[in-house]
This record gives sequence, structure tokens and C-alpha cells, in this order.
Amino acid sequence: MYEFSYHKPSSVADAAQAIGAADDPKILAGGQTLLPTMKQRLASPSDVISLRGCRDLVGISSDGSTVTIGAMTTHAAVASSADVQKAIPALAALAGNIGDAQVRNRGTIGGSLANNDPAADYPAATLALGATIVTTKRELSADAFFTGMFETALEEDEIITAIRFPVPHAAAYAKFDNPASRYALVGVFYAKTSDGPRIAITGAGQGGVFRSTEIEDQIAAGKTPDSSSINESDLNADIHASAAYRKHLIGVMAKRAVAAAG
Amino acid sequence: MSATGIGASVKRKEDFRFLTGRGNYTDDINQPNQTYAYILRSPHAHAKIKGIDTTAAKSAPGVVAVFTGEDMQVGSIPCGWGVNNKDGSPMNEPFHPALAQGKVRHVGDQVAVIIAETYSQAKDAAELIEVDYEELPAVTNSEKAIAPGAPLVHDDAAPNNMCYDWELGDEAEVDAEFKNAAHVVSIDLTNNRLVPNAMEPRAAIGDYNTGTGEYTLYTTSQNPHVIRLLMGAFVLQLPEHKLRVVAPDVGGGFGSKIYHYAEEAIVTWAAGKVRRPIKWTAERSESFLSDAHGRDHISHADLALDADGKFLGLKVYTKANMGAYLSTFSTCVPTYLYATLLAGVYTTPKIYVNVKAIFTNTVPVDAYRGAGRPEATYLLERLVTKAAKQLGMDQVAIRQKNFIPADAFPYQTPVALQYDSGDYEATLKKAMELSKWTEFPKRKAEAASRGKLRGIGISTYVEACGIAPSAVVGSLGARAGLFESANVRVHPTGSVSIYTGSHSHGQGHETTFAQLVSETLGIPLENINIEHGDTNRIAFGMGTYGSRSLAVGGEAIMKALGKVVDKASKIAAHLMEASPEDVEFKDGKFTVAGTDKEVDFGTVALTAYVPHNYPHETLEPGLEENAFYDPMNFTYPGGCHICEVEIDPDTGTTQVVGMTAVDDVGRVINPMIVEGQIHGGLAQGIGQALLEACEYDDNGQLTSGSYMDYCMPRADNLPDFKAATETTLCAHNSLGVKGCGEVGAIGSPPAVINAVLDALHDVGVQDISMPATPQKIWQAIQAAAVLAAAE
Repeated sequence: MYEFSYHKPSSVADAAQAIGAADDPKILAGGQTLLPTMKQRLASPSDVISLRGCRDLVGISSDGSTVTIGAMTTHAAVASSADVQKAIPALAALAGNIGDAQVRNRGTIGGSLANNDPAADYPAATLALGATIVTTKRELSADAFFTGMFETALEEDEIITAIRFPVPHAAAYAKFDNPASRYALVGVFYAKTSDGPRIAITGAGQGGVFRSTEIEDQIAAGKTPDSSSINESDLNADIHASAAYRKHLIGVMAKRAVAAAG
Repeated sequence: MSATGIGASVKRKEDFRFLTGRGNYTDDINQPNQTYAYILRSPHAHAKIKGIDTTAAKSAPGVVAVFTGEDMQVGSIPCGWGVNNKDGSPMNEPFHPALAQGKVRHVGDQVAVIIAETYSQAKDAAELIEVDYEELPAVTNSEKAIAPGAPLVHDDAAPNNMCYDWELGDEAEVDAEFKNAAHVVSIDLTNNRLVPNAMEPRAAIGDYNTGTGEYTLYTTSQNPHVIRLLMGAFVLQLPEHKLRVVAPDVGGGFGSKIYHYAEEAIVTWAAGKVRRPIKWTAERSESFLSDAHGRDHISHADLALDADGKFLGLKVYTKANMGAYLSTFSTCVPTYLYATLLAGVYTTPKIYVNVKAIFTNTVPVDAYRGAGRPEATYLLERLVTKAAKQLGMDQVAIRQKNFIPADAFPYQTPVALQYDSGDYEATLKKAMELSKWTEFPKRKAEAASRGKLRGIGISTYVEACGIAPSAVVGSLGARAGLFESANVRVHPTGSVSIYTGSHSHGQGHETTFAQLVSETLGIPLENINIEHGDTNRIAFGMGTYGSRSLAVGGEAIMKALGKVVDKASKIAAHLMEASPEDVEFKDGKFTVAGTDKEVDFGTVALTAYVPHNYPHETLEPGLEENAFYDPMNFTYPGGCHICEVEIDPDTGTTQVVGMTAVDDVGRVINPMIVEGQIHGGLAQGIGQALLEACEYDDNGQLTSGSYMDYCMPRADNLPDFKAATETTLCAHNSLGVKGCGEVGAIGSPPAVINAVLDALHDVGVQDISMPATPQKIWQAIQAAAVLAAAE
């Protein structure tokens, strides 16, 4: 790890100010990606601005039609929230299966979304549920938020403050773990929404999380979903899974997610 | 049986300090005025070093010194075992530098050491070192490395990248058996390369005492005396009395901490130069790139059988990847710990083995839990199951037909070893009972109703451990003896310290060895201390590997305890005014037969150190004895492992749903510790079979260089184990013990893969390689379906 200046503002406004004043700042949420990356000397920010002092970013509320989760809410808090379990049980289950207990107690939903790891779980839920990402500057639809692998629509000094999830009629997440890292080799989140079925796929795409309207159409037509429409050349290939295997798993996981949602 | 003696499941004495963070590991040790070392490693698999510019690094903040191979001109890191080629000529043994000398040969090879006031400063300065590399083509696969035109890892020092081309047995004689055979069954397989991954990364602290001229090395070693010998005598030319090696608490080894590593020599040598202590601790990614890896065999084997399925002859051809340099025991693993085990538990009369050991641009390969015996067992047990299938025989029946019968011991195999004891039918029978073998079809049908493919696999094995009779291994090329030493020091109040040359790094010696003392002297465990891991405190030691601690180290302790009891009996006889022959010793009390005279052990101990009333004419004061023990033979644990799996054909995922291990490890001192050792071995065996893939790309980069990509077994990969023992006693040691540290990892991989192939049989899959990952299984199912459709 290289030397850096550490800041711990107590409000989002102060955090935004600290970001503006720094040369090459990084926002620290749960630190589950940033800190290992810095330890490996793959990132060398001049300033690290921790959001841990911003208590206004923590918390979960539900009004029956929308679940709102503060950006600094940990995975463990989401997993164990009675509100989330009641309104969107698939989201609570997803959070409860991220990483291990240590990761879940440090990692946050805002950090995960801002990082947009192509194998992370939350982007799939956020996109499939059609969530709204609330930032210090605006509100973004999930469809507009994820722009590519480790890329989002966030501007340099823009901080996620909360995520608003509309409560679906039903939803389920089927994840095939990378055996080593336990990230998603392929994860499919299915949500039955008032606008019809939405399917979001993580772990597989070269551009990060993506929707498959073809699979959504199959489900809407009452057909068993399959992955024949997925273009292999858009998928990742690595020592754990070829693009062909990932494509196959998308079909299997989509089928399982739809079956689990009931 | 006493509550703390032989056979008692005593809770481990050492666990309090380990479980409460009070252990004392190498990285916990700090010396006054200590500096920190960072090792600059090669990013290339194969390159010439045309120049190294350290100017900027030397003047970086906090830097104390920077050394390269040019500065560190010392001896070659030695290999401990010489193996001869078929024609009798010695193996190729290229120079193994501590710091690269003009060339790097694997990613992670040591290029320079930076010593600074803090570790961060050393690491920062390393980025300022400019190394001018001329990249060369690399080769990582042993078959490709001996193909014409392959890049030469050691140039002229190892033509064709060959270390040795060795054989055991008479090929023509075995060929003759094949001419008479009714059936020949052949198999090609690889035994996958593994990364050991001890929980504690390696670490070393070098210290030089400017007053006495003595060096001290603290290191994460399984055998500090061996490190003193190898580093002192061969690399740095330091005599034993000027070099102390301490291996304090060590957090797991599995073989990877047997060897003498460059970093140990670097910090010791450099401490003499900078005249300050130097600490080096590996980061996990360095462990992947610098701890000796395990396995990595490519083999072809042919088995000749008569019409009834009786084995007539076996031929095995193996290419063993040595990596870039010869690690300490690397050369004996694919020869004397592998080829000699290829009779297995069977009466195969004629066996021929050819092993080519080959250099590649990869991390050196050496012994890893089981070392050679897992490779032999995997080959044999895959082959035997395949033979059963090919001949249409029952896979259990074919084994039973060829077992060495229980009344045939001692049994001389055609591959040099003489098994002293065993009962393979007994372990088989018990394992079949425990696993409910005969009811398997019901479980398979139930799984099928859930869409799962269920399979069952078996392996029956023997291994050779308790390493090793010095005269035998010496005749086979070992450059050291493999005895063990023990010292029993009885203190004046009757408490006892044992100084053993065995080293405990998770095995529970502090408990097991104490149980031997408690049993023999009749004293409670809390009065016993087991000391190990320091060349200045322990007389001598060959260390811990090859499941030798109890069978060799424990026997040395028993021998020294015997001497203590002899002398104590004489002191007791004097106190009781009896003749020594009439004195009996039991449960800590000396008595005289036919009288009510009695004196306890504590009184005798006190008398030995306060010898007011003492037989000074015949006995010296004090009560302390040494013993060295050199075994007569290897020990031969054996047994039967049965695995049951369920495969999800949609994803290729395998879940191990049953794992039964019935092992004959000889007499069991602490059943709980033995069961724990077997559990650990099974976890590593299942890891090898299903999860652990060590992958290099064509450029020699390790693509599975972290836990993001290298899959270690986790609890949810493992079922509840059914582990049991079935004992025959070792015939040549006093305790009747054999060894339990490696059996789990030796017997289980073929049982797992045989189970996977059994499950996949119905979908047409004939073969799968380790690790049988979901992707591999899915691809095999697809390929079989394509083949079936074409037919």
C-alpha cells in the first residue's frame, strides 16, 4: 500500500467537498475491493475519503411498495432486515450469500454498486428489480446506471446515498458460484414486476451486468427460458468457465430463478 | 488404559495457546534493531538478466542495503537425494542459486533483496530497481519440455531438460508377462499440480551476533536441524556451532516447509553483512510463487491380467515435473516414494517403472502430503477400477482376487519394499459396512428421482511412511540418515521435559508424545513438557514429514524413556534395599515383588538430584537419558476409502455426499488426534480430486495465483466423514505404530474420481481428469452426448 491521506467526514456534503479538494481521491465505503486493490499496489489514490462517519447513509425503510436502503448499509444488515425479508426476500437472500461473514459485515450496497464488479451480486438485483439509484446529484434508473465492466454513470464527485427498490410481485436469484472466489460465475436475478418480467445477468458479460430482453420475452410468453439468444462472443471466458459454459449456465440459472420465484 | 496414556482421546495440550492467539510464530518474533527484507522476484518465467541497476533503490528512504546475485556468491541450494539414470550415470543437478545468477527460470525466482527500516520502505525501494531482462521462451509442461526444440531451462547443465531417466524393474521380464496375458488394460492420466497453502506463510529472521560471531535463523520449518545442515554446510559454509536454527510454532506445512529455501539463506547471509537482524515474511501471493508445489505427474500404465482377472504384470511410464530447480526432496518423490508403491495392495508379480524427471519454467515441485504415494495410489486405483469395467468384473471382487492375503506378511513386493503387516480384507469389509455399499443402488435410484447422477467409488491402498531406515535410503541415494533423537530430562521434583527432534506444526505432538510419557512413567500430563524446534536445545533431529514423528520420533522417546526407567529402577532398588532385578515399575510406583516396599517416581527423581543416600559406586547422579532411533523398515499403513457423489448434470457440479475412510495406522495413541489427521487428509484429497487447479499459461504465468482462482476445499465442499481405524500392529517397532498424517490424502483422490466416473457412466463419460471441476464435467457430458449422437 502506498501512502495516502485519510479523511472521515461526518456528512455526505463534507465528503463531496473533500473529494473536490483532492488530486486523485477514492471513496471508501466497505473497502472490500478498494483495500485489497491498494494493498496489491494496483490502486494509489492520493486521498481516501471514508463514508463510515456519514450515519445518514445507513438504514433500511419500507412503505409496502418501495424498499429504500441507505448506501452505507452492510450486506449483513440487508440480509437480516425483517423489512427486506418481507418485501423482497430474494434480495435479503442474495445479500446473505455475498462473500463470507466478515465481508458481509463490512461490505455495503452502495460500495458494491459504485464498483460494479462484473461478478458481483447486487448489480443483478438492482437491474432486474428496476431500482433507482439516488445520488448527491440526481436519481438514476438502474438501466442508466450500469455502463460497463467496473463502469457506472457516476461522476467523479458524485456519491450514492440510497437505493430504492420497487417491491416486485415475485423475485428470485439463482447463482452459480465461481468455486474458488465464490463470486458469481453466472448469476441470474429474475423479477416479476408490474412492467412484466425482468432478467438481469451478472458474472457472465464482458460489459458487466446486463438484461436479456429475449429471455424476458420467453418468460412473458409463458415459455421455459433458455439462453439460445445469448451471443457467446459477448461473454467472459477464463480458467473457470468458457463462454460456451457460461452461456449454458445462463439458461440453467434463468430456469431455476423463474422456478424459485413461483 | 489410563485416562492420559496410550489410547486415550486426550484434548490437545497445545490448543489453548493456538486457539487464544498466544502462539509464538516466526512473524511474532521481533529482535532489537530489526530490519525488514523484501524479495524482488522475477515477473518472467524465463529470461536472461542483462543488468540490474540498484542505484536509486539504495538511496531510497529507509533503505539499509540492496543485494543481488552478483553480491551473494554462495553455494548452491542442495538437493538431498541423488538419483541415477538407467545407465547408472548420476542425475543432472544444475546450480540452484539463492539469488538469480544471470538468468531467471520461473515467475517468482529471487532476483534481489532490499533491506530497509520498514517493510513498506523495502517494497517501495524495490520499485526503483531496474532489471534489464531479455525474455526467453518458456516451457511449463513436462511432456513439452522434453520435446525437440523446447526452451532449455538450464542450458547445457540439463540437456533436453532432463534431470534423470530412471527405471525400476526389468522391462523385458514384464513384457514377457504381457505376452501371456488374456487382457491388457491401459490408462493415461495426470496427477494435478497442487499449491500447498499452509495457513501460516513462510517467514524467516536472520540474526548475527557481532560479539560471538554466531548466526541465528528463525524460520517456518518442519526440520530446523536439516536446515542447519543444508544451509550451513552447503550454502553458507557455517559450522554447526556457529549457526542456530529455531523453528518456533509453525502453522502448517504439509511438506512445503521441509525444504531449505533461498529466503532462509538470504536473510542469514545478509544479516552478517548489515550486522542487524532481518525479517522476511511472505505475502500470500509470494507463497503461491515460491513455496514448493506438489504432484504434477503425467503417466501411462498398462496392466496385464489373466482370463480370471488376476494381475500378471504392470508397466508404468511417468513424467515428473521438477519445476525450475531441484528442491530438497524433489528427486526421491517420483522414484523411491512412488515407484516402490506401485505394487499397492496387490500380488502383481512383475512390475516395471520408468520415471523421467524434467525441468520446466515453473515453481519447484517437491513432497506434498503423501508425496509419491498419492500419485501411485491414484494411478493404480484408477487402473484397477478401469480393469474391472473392461473385463466386466465387480470392482470389489477384482481387488479381493488380487489382495496380498493377511497371512502373507512379511510380503516382499517386486518393487523393493517388504510390507511388514496389514489386512486389506478387514479394512475393505469395514469400509463397505460403514458406507452401506450394498444398498447403493437404492440411493442411486432416489437421487435419479431428483435428477441427480449418483456414483460410488472405492480405493484400496497401502503406503510406506515412518521414513526411514537410514541404511536402506542411503543405498538408494539419500544424502542423509533418517533416524530421530530424543532426550528425556527428569527434573528433581519428578516433572519431565522431552526434547525431540520431531517438529510439531499442527500434528499435536505436545499431546501424543506426552501420552507416551504419562503411560510409561505414570505421571500426569501437566507434569510433562515437550520441547522441539531449536538446534541449540535439541541434540539432533531429522524433523517431521513422511508420517515419521510417532513411528521414528516416538520410538526414540520410548527408547530414552526405557533408559530412564532402567536407571530409576536401580535407584529405587537402592532405596528399598532390594536387588534391581526384583524391582517392578507400574503406574508410577516402584515395588519389590512379594513385599510391601514401595517408592514413587517423584522420590526416585529427587534422590537422583539430592543423592545423599545413593549408590555412588555404580550410578551417576541425575536422571536424564538420550536415545537415537533408526527404524528397521518403513511402516505400511493401508486401508479402504469409499466415496459417494451426486452430480448435477445441468451444471456439472459434484457434491461429495459420503466419504468413508477405514485406515490401518497401527496402534493409535490418541484416537481424536488420529481422526483429526484423517479428516484433514481427506479434505486435501477431495480438494485435489475436485477443486484445486494449479494452472500456468503458455508464457509461464501462474494464472491460479490467488484464492480468487485457486480453489481450496471449504467446509461446505465436504460431507460428514465416516472415519474408522482397523488395526494390525507394525511388526518392527515397540509401539506397533505406523503413521496417520498422510493416509487421508493418499487413499481418497481415486475413490472420489472413481465415484465421479461411476456417476457419469450412464451418460457415456469414460474419463475425467483431476480436478473434476463443474466445467470439465459439463464439457465431458456434452462431448459424450455428441459422440452418442454420431454413433
